[in-house]
Amino acid sequence: MSDVLTVQGLTVSVRDVALVSDVELTVGPGERVGLIGESGSGKSLTALSVLGLLPEDVLAAGSVRLSGVDHELIGADERRMSRVRGRHLAMVFQEPMTALNPTMRVGDQVAEAMLIHRTRSSRRAARIAAAELLELVQLPGVMRTYPHQLSGGQRQRVVLALALANDPALLICDEPTTALDVTVQAMVLDLIMRGVAARESALLFITHDLAVVATVCQRVLVMYGGRVVESGPVTEVFTRPRHRYTEGLIAASDLESADSGPADVGLATSAPRRLPTIPGNVPPAGQFPDGCVFRNRCAHATETCATLPPWTGTPTQGFACHHPAGASDA
Amino acid sequence: MLLRLIERTAVLLVSLAVSSVLVFGFLAVLPGDPARVALGVNASDEAVAELRRQFGLDRPLTTQYFDWLGGMLQGDFGLSYISKAPIGPQITDRFQVTLWLVVTSVVIALVVAAPAGTVMAARHRQLSGLALSALSQVGVAVPAFLAGILLIMVFAVKLGWLPANGWTPPAQDPGMFLRQLVLPALSLGLVQGAVLTRYVRSAVLDVLREDYLRTARAKGLRPFPALWRHGLRNAAVPVVTVLGLQLATLLIGAVVVERVFVIPGLGSLLLDGVSNRDLLVVQDVVMVLVVAVLVVNFLVDLLYVALDPRLRVTR
Repeated sequence: MSDVLTVQGLTVSVRDVALVSDVELTVGPGERVGLIGESGSGKSLTALSVLGLLPEDVLAAGSVRLSGVDHELIGADERRMSRVRGRHLAMVFQEPMTALNPTMRVGDQVAEAMLIHRTRSSRRAARIAAAELLELVQLPGVMRTYPHQLSGGQRQRVVLALALANDPALLICDEPTTALDVTVQAMVLDLIMRGVAARESALLFITHDLAVVATVCQRVLVMYGGRVVESGPVTEVFTRPRHRYTEGLIAASDLESADSGPADVGLATSAPRRLPTIPGNVPPAGQFPDGCVFRNRCAHATETCATLPPWTGTPTQGFACHHPAGASDA
Repeated sequence: MLLRLIERTAVLLVSLAVSSVLVFGFLAVLPGDPARVALGVNASDEAVAELRRQFGLDRPLTTQYFDWLGGMLQGDFGLSYISKAPIGPQITDRFQVTLWLVVTSVVIALVVAAPAGTVMAARHRQLSGLALSALSQVGVAVPAFLAGILLIMVFAVKLGWLPANGWTPPAQDPGMFLRQLVLPALSLGLVQGAVLTRYVRSAVLDVLREDYLRTARAKGLRPFPALWRHGLRNAAVPVVTVLGLQLATLLIGAVVVERVFVIPGLGSLLLDGVSNRDLLVVQDVVMVLVVAVLVVNFLVDLLYVALDPRLRVTR
């Protein structure tokens, strides 16, 4: 079966400064793929270029193909892209508080998604379908409410309902639970998972939260400095990271090791141990080093790292590092 | 909703009361005796005293104030000190004229500002948007009376397409009414429209940056339909506010434009009243204008609620 989403050589730049370089990415039918990395790693830009909704002065190049759409998405005109958006391809954004029109009833906003693409025969049918969708995200009876009457978690479920309204082949979620209370996160994640499963939609899930990726995704891509530095099945990448950045990211998220202090500080067991962090900060856009983008923060960097590390492995599982973790020469 | 209505009504009533005291007070403390002014410097003291008694000007100020206010509430605007004619009917006639002028100007201002401001916002980085911006800046700088004189020079004097001045009631000759309305309404409306365009532009620019507009695009709406369906109502809230505030400027503009175009509206009545020292006419007209501004702003407040559901407090 062919992939739902195929991204090849995607480069996103603003005034000749590359923000995303050479991203290769595929999502199979019904597959749930995670895209992780720190802020500024290019995750959201990758998603927005698939959707064709980059800010005015930001340009994308490369190739993005979607199954069921017979044209290239990069550079497609508004008329063609508007037929794809919301129909074959839908997105849930990070900030639920501002994602809905404050002056329009929630039910109308969901129904509109179907009316735009004429997937329901009449206004009435669309409204009935909208009520059903809202019930599926456990919001019965909110058709006539306005967004300000709902909480953040409830609004995000409304956004999810309207994203799923036309049974898209691919749902992109960009940090959908980051702005929500922890107690609400699990519910929203569960609804996303159930929503895509019921429609056999593929899912591209963007987050910086490794625990969320582990719950939601089957496969994961790690981004840093606008490049995909490692990819593979979630269990593989999280238990045996190869790229030094992935290794650092996982160590920084590993709260268990932080709780149980290491043996060499036995004298001060009561003192809180420093949480493991990746040294340095993410450089500003366009100021990543040549060659390996991570080398200025990497403890294993050598002179060879000044050249761009080649991709090792298969297109769906591999890494780009000169000195990978777990290798004999490390 | 009901709470807001009660609250706004209370604010309106208090503002009306305060402004009536101010209008009455200002004219009362003006130096010069209205009766002396009306009769001229050569009038005998007896004649002046007689006139003061006749118009009740010899009574205490508070009595005069409540008498004036009570009369106005019943539609009795009093008698002119000069002509001794009732002021009420004059104001009613003149008010209709000014209403035509002002309403037409507001319509012109909106018809100009809404599309121009939206295009300016949507193309704020392109030459066409910048050119429109510059043009509206020029419009903001031109006072209405100057715009009026320029319009007369071009369309009435040079081209002879439209009458330079005058007024015909619509019932008498609708064609002539419209032809005479065009230039004064344009000179008021275009200038107001230029100011309003700036506000429409910034309101639309704000809306364009909103997340819900991106959501609308992600649903599959093209940029313009997305702005139309999801942006306009949100952008209307600040624009309506400005429109309400502009009304005061518009009425001041109407006073001047009525003079330029020789239109028998409230503005002309006010200026005539001032030049004839007919103080009660001045007092009544100013009060009518103040009431108009306050009532329109009251209606604007209610319009917000219709536009923005977040203001409908249900508790």
